Amino acid sequence: MTYIVKPVNHHPNLEKNKLGLTRRDYEGTISTLCAGCGHDSISAAVIEACYDLSISSDQIAKLSGIGCSSKSPSYFLNQAHGFNSVHGRMPSVATGANLGNKDLLYLGVSGDGDTAAIGIGQFMHAARRQLNITYIVENNGTYGLTKGQFSATNDQGSKSKYGEENVFAPIDLPTMAIQLGAGFVGRSFSGDKQQLVPLLKAAMKFEGFSLIDIISPCVTFNNHLGSTKSFDHIREHNESVSSLDFVPIGKEIKTTYKEGTKVDVPLHDGAMLTLEKLSKKYNPLDKGQAIQSLNEAEKNGKVLTGLLFINPEVKDHAEILNISDTPLNQLAEKELCPGAKKLAKINASLN
Amino acid sequence: MNKISSINEFVIKFANVNGSGSASANQMFAKGIFRSGIPVSPKNIFPSNIQGLPTWFEIRASEKGYLGRKAGIDFMVAMNPQSYTQDVAEINPGGYLLYDSSWKRDFKREDINIIEVPLTTLCVDEFNNPKTRLLFKNLVYIGALSYLMNINKDIFIKLIEEQFKGKEKLIAPNVQALEIGFKYAKKHLVDACKIKVNQANLTDGMILTNGNNAGGLGCVYGGATVCTWYPITPSTSLAESYKKYCDQLRVDENTGKNKFAFVQAEDELASIGMAIGANWNGARAFTATSGPGISLMTEFIGLAYFAEIPVVIFNIQRGGPSTGMPTRTQQSDILSCAYASHGDTKHVILIPSDPKECFEFSADSFDISDRLQTPIFVLSDLDIGMNDWTCPEFEWDDNRKFDRGKVLSKDDLDSMESWGRYLDVDGDGIPFRTLPGTHPEKGAYFTRGSSHDEYARYIEDGEVNARNLSRILKKFEGAYKFLPKPIFKQETNASSNGLIYFGSTEAAMQESLDQLSVSGFPIDAMRIRSFPFGPEVWNFIDQHETIFLVEQNRDAQMKTLIVSEGNVNPEKFISILCFDGSPITANFISESISDVLLNKNTSQPAEEIK
Repeated sequence: MTYIVKPVNHHPNLEKNKLGLTRRDYEGTISTLCAGCGHDSISAAVIEACYDLSISSDQIAKLSGIGCSSKSPSYFLNQAHGFNSVHGRMPSVATGANLGNKDLLYLGVSGDGDTAAIGIGQFMHAARRQLNITYIVENNGTYGLTKGQFSATNDQGSKSKYGEENVFAPIDLPTMAIQLGAGFVGRSFSGDKQQLVPLLKAAMKFEGFSLIDIISPCVTFNNHLGSTKSFDHIREHNESVSSLDFVPIGKEIKTTYKEGTKVDVPLHDGAMLTLEKLSKKYNPLDKGQAIQSLNEAEKNGKVLTGLLFINPEVKDHAEILNISDTPLNQLAEKELCPGAKKLAKINASLN
Repeated sequence: MNKISSINEFVIKFANVNGSGSASANQMFAKGIFRSGIPVSPKNIFPSNIQGLPTWFEIRASEKGYLGRKAGIDFMVAMNPQSYTQDVAEINPGGYLLYDSSWKRDFKREDINIIEVPLTTLCVDEFNNPKTRLLFKNLVYIGALSYLMNINKDIFIKLIEEQFKGKEKLIAPNVQALEIGFKYAKKHLVDACKIKVNQANLTDGMILTNGNNAGGLGCVYGGATVCTWYPITPSTSLAESYKKYCDQLRVDENTGKNKFAFVQAEDELASIGMAIGANWNGARAFTATSGPGISLMTEFIGLAYFAEIPVVIFNIQRGGPSTGMPTRTQQSDILSCAYASHGDTKHVILIPSDPKECFEFSADSFDISDRLQTPIFVLSDLDIGMNDWTCPEFEWDDNRKFDRGKVLSKDDLDSMESWGRYLDVDGDGIPFRTLPGTHPEKGAYFTRGSSHDEYARYIEDGEVNARNLSRILKKFEGAYKFLPKPIFKQETNASSNGLIYFGSTEAAMQESLDQLSVSGFPIDAMRIRSFPFGPEVWNFIDQHETIFLVEQNRDAQMKTLIVSEGNVNPEKFISILCFDGSPITANFISESISDVLLNKNTSQPAEEIK
């Protein structure tokens, strides 16, 4: 961590996006995480993605649970409202927030302890309900704030900093999310900005539950030899299944992918996701194949990354519930309170 | 044989098997009396079970308006051989027992009047389908009662027509079943019963409904747009009532879209989390639950308290502790609500006493919650929530406007130089809040349950934290100004003895006070309607030497709350406690109190009554 206060003044010639904002306008307060923490790279990728998409920060709500990961929403998007809720319960708060105003963009930031252990129930039900959220898991396989206990995503046989061996099999969040019907499931690595930023942009544009499981090594407690969530281990075992470009509405698709490897996926607002399959076997539109590939990779000690699954057909939670086009928090009093005349009728039905 | 003779003043009880369709028939009978112009209080005493166990339905009819439960049954309709022994024992001497005499039986009680109706035989003769035969038995006894008690049969025919509106085919056979019973009684049971219903007009301007129905409707009127809940008896029907009325009143006529959201959550942790999330975003949201649900929600309740997010929580209390008696009533969650969650937390509670207040407090709770930016409990119970009560019609003033409290608009933010989410600018402890999406550059902050300063920044400075906690306490201490004041039974105090009660005990109280008056113990009574307590409560306690505190729990929880919140002498309270899961009766209250007062007169020490 650093104690240096961020300078407020911006360089006058910084690059600007469509809203006339610079990347600095998307920053947050200074990080208090350990120097070199993977989570900080993820915050930088979120800043980059929001800048690229020219989203106004006030249209974003960032929510988190408890843990190192859940502190990170402070470190990006200062002008967005944030909600650091209780441990493992961010999905329910985000669900309620979304019911209240379905038009904001919801960024959920969680960790492997927050999602795969204490919060696994809420995570599963949010995926099942197709909550419209970009759900980021900053996955480091360890409980950092409480000093290095194993988490439920830690690989069996992986060693802790203190030499202890993890004896339980891990929970694979992407596999579980696909099974539960999440519309968009990806995995990435905090050290791979090139893959992560387009994945984040696509997830933010996706209307439905989008999970990005981001392996984010813990430099203090889980970056040693014997750890399967260390920078070195991930770099060696990373197998990307797809590379993608996010093409906003009206832009020409210019990517030059090899014949037969390109998949175009239209998103809800008309934007296009162009995807290059890096593995012949992999089809991210096929639920069964996606799960099979994830299982095989796990057997072979590989970590599949990229866009793992997408179902562009899903309806999000608000649409399933047939919620009015005007967000519920903006309905006028006269639309909500039926008044005395209607009450007289109700009285009549009760006597 | 002595026959109880009474007009418009009696208790009738139905003993049935649950899952046999009896509840709706019994409900119809209660409504028949109500439509005859006599106040009624039907009480469904049901098991936590779907089919096969004994279930009872008690109806008290009282032209005096005494609608509390009363022990001792004047008329028993015994439809369940499993519970015959217990049911027959409950009948008052001179009372009546109606049973299905298709199988004759000797009940071994010489002091009651046995009325035999061969219900099964009558149904078998008239109906072919075995399932319908079973259901129609209920209608047959209603028909017989209609004759025996002289309740206009047309009232029941009309009720059947209303009930089966849209399923017209069912009207004729139901009416036929009613007629069978009526005709049988007319032929065989002339003068068998001296309990009669005489048409009156005492229910004009009244409705017959339950608190959960009223509470759900109050949420619609109070502007709630989000209901997130998890099924739990006895609160489920409140959420369902909200949905029912929203389907009628909150669907956009043009688009067919919902101006509400109704989400059955995966558990109570999620249901409260969702309600908090929606309120954080400025949509009025609530959850409805019961004791075990409150236990699960407490972590989140602490978050909403400390982060100062409005949220309305209905707790329809049932018998505890643990799973307890899910289908019986108690007032035993007072402390678990008042101090829910770890750390220093205190919460505002509204305590309605009948369905009308359930409607009013439900609508009010959203204004109060927005005004105070804190969780509000509406503390009802199974007796009010699930039983129908005769109560005045709901009222609404169209000039009334929602009070959204201190929420800053975009223009407000533009005109302000600085703003702190937890700054007390008005001196009332209530800060100003902003909603996400209001302003592109101003008003964003980080909501958190960790310690924070006036600007919502994370801090670990003990002094700043203490300052914040003290401000929240200040807000709480001023809360009574926004809450329903206590109700006094007398215009001016006339006795050195005071009585405090609350919630569903109201049903038994007038009768009890009248009984005490007749016995020469007039007593001043005050009904508490909210917490924290205002000056009226403290003054009343001050003004009386002895306070009888009537509660439907074992541990005198309201007394604990009063004693711990105010500088009052605990010695002055005598607790009258009923915690057997049945609604408290007037006799229990007045007998307990007169026992104490008689002892006092003979200068024996008063003991706690349980």
